[in-house]
Amino acid sequence: MSTRIYIPADTLALALGADELARTITDEARARGEDIKIIRNGSRGLCWAEPLLEVQTDTGRMAYGPVGANDVAGLFDADFLHGGAHEKSLGLVDDIPYLKTQTRQIFKTCGLYAPDDIDAYAAHGGFAGLRAALALDAQRIIDEIEVAGLRGRGGAAFPASIKWRTVLSAKAPRKYVVCNADEGDSGTFADRLIMEGDPFLLIEGMVIAGLGTGADTGIIYVRSEYPLAADILNAAITAAKDANWLGKNIQKSGKSFEIEVFVGGGSYVCGEETALLESLEGKPGIVRAKPPVPALHGLYGKPTLINNVITLCAAPGILAQGGAHHKALGSPDSAGTMPFQLSGDVKYGGIYEAPFGLSLRTLIEDIGGGTRSGKPIKAVQIGGPLGAYLPPALFDTKLAYEAMTAIGAGVGHGGIIVFNEDTDMRAQARYAFAFCAHESCGKCTPCRIGAVRGAELLAKDAPDMALVEDLCAVMADGSACAMGSMTPIPVRTAMTHFADDFAPKDAAQ
Amino acid sequence: MTRWNEEKCRALIEETCAKGQPLTAALRALVDAFGYIDDAALAPLMQGFARSRAEVRSAIAYYDDFSMRPPGRHSIRLCQAEACQAAGARALTAHACAKTGLQPGQTSADGALTLHNVYCLGLCTHGPAALIDGKPVAELDEDKLDAHLAGLEP
Repeated sequence: MSTRIYIPADTLALALGADELARTITDEARARGEDIKIIRNGSRGLCWAEPLLEVQTDTGRMAYGPVGANDVAGLFDADFLHGGAHEKSLGLVDDIPYLKTQTRQIFKTCGLYAPDDIDAYAAHGGFAGLRAALALDAQRIIDEIEVAGLRGRGGAAFPASIKWRTVLSAKAPRKYVVCNADEGDSGTFADRLIMEGDPFLLIEGMVIAGLGTGADTGIIYVRSEYPLAADILNAAITAAKDANWLGKNIQKSGKSFEIEVFVGGGSYVCGEETALLESLEGKPGIVRAKPPVPALHGLYGKPTLINNVITLCAAPGILAQGGAHHKALGSPDSAGTMPFQLSGDVKYGGIYEAPFGLSLRTLIEDIGGGTRSGKPIKAVQIGGPLGAYLPPALFDTKLAYEAMTAIGAGVGHGGIIVFNEDTDMRAQARYAFAFCAHESCGKCTPCRIGAVRGAELLAKDAPDMALVEDLCAVMADGSACAMGSMTPIPVRTAMTHFADDFAPKDAAQ
Repeated sequence: MTRWNEEKCRALIEETCAKGQPLTAALRALVDAFGYIDDAALAPLMQGFARSRAEVRSAIAYYDDFSMRPPGRHSIRLCQAEACQAAGARALTAHACAKTGLQPGQTSADGALTLHNVYCLGLCTHGPAALIDGKPVAELDEDKLDAHLAGLEP
């Protein structure tokens, strides 16, 4: 029998030469007369080890990484086909501490098989949640989501069951489920890895959301910066339809649900739910006033459930295992697990899924291994471009919604970017304004004008910091959506925790 | 990508309309096909989607992905977002600008290259990242970028 070799084909692995690696292994195996079968799987989320090569042996899947094409001859010499020792050996993949210490609910099966292999997905427990949901009425489905205490993972952390119930109770001839896959926050890549590695999980979650809300149409709004994710989702939608897990009369239940993929236009603010709806309707992504909320008046004026990728991906596990299992993980206000994403100047960047409640320090130092450069850490930014900059003095804070709120920060989408001592925090604050100026939809004045003025002020040698603070107050209180109202968060936290960087340039010399 | 072609443009717009998709889906199809949206596409877009000239133009102007100017034969999209900043993206962008003589958003006079900014490609663990002619690249530095630039066919 052929030896099975796994080489990821997600965007990061491709950027790091995974295709060339696969070609080189194929050629080398042919030259040596070895019988192998290469499977292009999704990512395990161990980004630091990419491209991560795995070989199926009698004892389990042996891992090697990061592996390049120039390692291939040496790997064959070391008999990696039977798990032989090599300088790139990581041992059995399931025993790698980075993976072994995680509590994987969302990423449980990501990377185990090829993303288009629906049989493998089903064999690893896939569709158990949907099967359970097909036997329940909509209220009972939402009851499980409520018991689970699931909160939106996109950033706002709004209780999912309230949204679902609002859409269910709305009377309308048509309702929609929209998946927000506009993962624009820098330092976040969990949505991408799931869409590229385990797309049936998202499809299953969306069908469950359709059953729970009475919607029969789903749309995945994928950002254009993720073209591979869109392609993989489209292939998975076709495969799910062929297997009757999607489409008409799903598994003879009499229930139907369709999904289509919509690719965005390169606008960050389209991750805001009302801007996203405008974009889906073919218009510029300009935010709508709320109320009315999208759950009642959403896409084309119809009741619309909008949830982030990870939120929807939590539903299959909750329905399969019961809401109480999810609720028991994490802390009272932050139930379940979060796939935290470590990046920037960090040694072991990647996905670390754990129940809420571990400290920033544990994640950055114990798991992340500190900086890759070896330089001391100056700051982390948590929760994307609208997230707080925090100094090491605050690293004992727990990663949970309530604990982060208490220090003026937020978990956001779970991205944590590590910055070393070379970082100029005033430049980071200025970038926060400049990014807002670039991405502002222009609807409200505090955001449209304030961001431009803020970037101008912080470009001066001796900025008027009282004026910057005044501007922050106006933007925070007066903006129509999170883009303008949260841009002051990175600015203010940089000013508060790194005041030295804001001293007038001439005085600092 | 192919050269602008009015017949193909009209076919793409009709196809989008027939599927019941919105205006931006047609803009996406045109950009994927030709790299930009020609002036001559405005009339069929207005007609197909029952929108005014101003509405069509504002949708094009709003999105970074859509442009009414032909792009260069090659494109480099350098990530500017925070995780790549933490890995040196600012200095790398300055180097790219100096090396090419272009500012982000500009196309070289000979039409060979367009330099773009992009905000996060989801390759945050291995910055600075970029898309070079649509192909993802990671862990860039000045030497690697120079090698990529030198490798682009004129």
